[in-house]
Amino acid sequence: MGSYTYQHFPYRTPDELASARRARRPVAIVGAGPVGLSAAIDLAQQGVPCVVLDDNDSVSDGSRAICWAKRTLEIFDRLGVAERMIAKGVTWRVGRIYHGDRELYQFDLLPEGGHKMPAFINLQQYYVEQYLVERAGEFPELIELRWKNRVTAVENLDEGVRITVRTPDGEYPLECDWLIAADGARSSVRAMRGHRFAGQTFEDKFLIVDVRMEATYPSDRRFWFQPSFDPGESVLIHRQPDNVFRIDIQLGRDADPAVERDAARAMQRVRRVVGPQVPCELEWCSVYTFRCARMARFIDGHVIFAGDAAHVVSPFGARGGNGGIQDVDNLCWKLARVLRDEAPARLLASYEIERGRAADENITNSRRTTAFMSPGSTVERQFRDAVLELAADFPFARGLVNSGRLSQPCDYAGLPGIGPEVLNGAMKAGRPCSDAPVIRPDGTPGWLLEQLGAVPCALVFVEDEAQAARAEADGADCGIRGLNVITVGARATRATGLSDPQGLVRSRYGGAAGVTYLIRPDQHVLARWPHCDPRAWRTAWDAYGRYDEGRASP
Amino acid sequence: MSELRSADGFGRYGDEFYERLVGAHQGLSERQSGVLNARLILLLANQIGDRTILAQALAAARASVSPAPEAVRE
Repeated sequence: MGSYTYQHFPYRTPDELASARRARRPVAIVGAGPVGLSAAIDLAQQGVPCVVLDDNDSVSDGSRAICWAKRTLEIFDRLGVAERMIAKGVTWRVGRIYHGDRELYQFDLLPEGGHKMPAFINLQQYYVEQYLVERAGEFPELIELRWKNRVTAVENLDEGVRITVRTPDGEYPLECDWLIAADGARSSVRAMRGHRFAGQTFEDKFLIVDVRMEATYPSDRRFWFQPSFDPGESVLIHRQPDNVFRIDIQLGRDADPAVERDAARAMQRVRRVVGPQVPCELEWCSVYTFRCARMARFIDGHVIFAGDAAHVVSPFGARGGNGGIQDVDNLCWKLARVLRDEAPARLLASYEIERGRAADENITNSRRTTAFMSPGSTVERQFRDAVLELAADFPFARGLVNSGRLSQPCDYAGLPGIGPEVLNGAMKAGRPCSDAPVIRPDGTPGWLLEQLGAVPCALVFVEDEAQAARAEADGADCGIRGLNVITVGARATRATGLSDPQGLVRSRYGGAAGVTYLIRPDQHVLARWPHCDPRAWRTAWDAYGRYDEGRASP
Repeated sequence: MSELRSADGFGRYGDEFYERLVGAHQGLSERQSGVLNARLILLLANQIGDRTILAQALAAARASVSPAPEAVRE
């Protein structure tokens, strides 16, 4: 008996089959995993209705993606699910690296305070999906989840997509303006559209085990190269909720998956890791090899690929699930604007370019980690072992020890439409906004990121009441639809302003009086200026909205 | 007095350098890799060009492999 009880969601005969109703949908989403469900919620929060089609009727079988990074949690917070995930999840921020029995070093992923979200939580994918399904249920008018609906054909129309869906009651056709393919690494939509998924497969086999046990292990991520307790090349342990532990054991190239997958054999290895005495129970185990691959383009006519359907990586940087949620964050506000006729469809090319850069970054990091973990030739192994041996005495070598470069959000700096960028300081155009504590207009404490997102925002640093009033009035007249002008000062100057008594917003944003940030609905900085000039905001926003790939940053 | 650097000197480019280093050996036999490493060490040593630092680096590299031979000791 596992620690998690799977519910089966009810299949209902779709309207198209029950009453022959044939309504065209603005958006259909294939796949009710973390990516597809997040997309549905993000669109619903912006008033866009969608239908989600999934060939199964339950959540993820097995814990699968377990490490959720800070940026992803910030997105989940915008979607209204992060607080529940954090309450259930195991929060961590420290990784410990061992060589044999010796601890080489630790890394701290969030050494500073003043952020609402932690560096990481571990939470099984089935909980993430369950919470997203329940959140989607809060939008009954906008989100329709259709379980046991398998897409069997996809055809691009001039201005939309026609799909064929198979259900227990038979097949039906469905037309939509846009189709989001979030159907995972073995995407059937990708296969049906005949797209290549080019990349690199790694030869090493990994045994991945979830065990339930009463253990006093820390929440830290612990990674051993050449552990003394197991003949494997490496061992990684993560703590999950419900006293479940994820243990990844690197078996090497020659291991036989059919042999290693055996539960009794897997438990023998777990015993070597956890010791002979601790009572523990096997929840799930599997043997994997990993690959890094991506589609050349993520958009095919009106079919948009996201998450693992578009790109996959090995798991040692937690860059798969996190990358997928960050795809959604980038895509959905743009899709909503295109559907409302506020932007041309070519704005979506920015999704492909920006998230293409993210996929490339994730693949590069994943490839380097995998190469370090499984050296191929004698000389590669000599270098790898030299790094591990030097790392005990030489800090520089610790920087080369690579057990996973953990998920960082992509910086879109320098890509088309991003900018202008004329200021010094870390919060450059293209970066995701940093969080900081604020006092809200009603005097209660809150967080900066809670104020940003969903709509375009101008974040204006002010010194006094008059500056705040002018920024608000100018912003209202500047012509960016839905623009939210947020002023920040040492003390609240107006009923709508934020105050920053700890000074962290001003220090993280270089917020001298007048400095203004134009922030996209996905909480990335679009542009920033030393002075408050709403005409410049309009110019930058319109330029991005028209999205011309050939146009360099201003 | 100069001293062998033990702190990180790669900045953000450690992983990139490591990948290039290993990649430079792609497709070589062990003997060829030995030749590549010998040339690379000589090039880098000349770039460093500091007698004290090179002596420290040689000692540090040798230390974990086996004791230094008597003849080389000063």
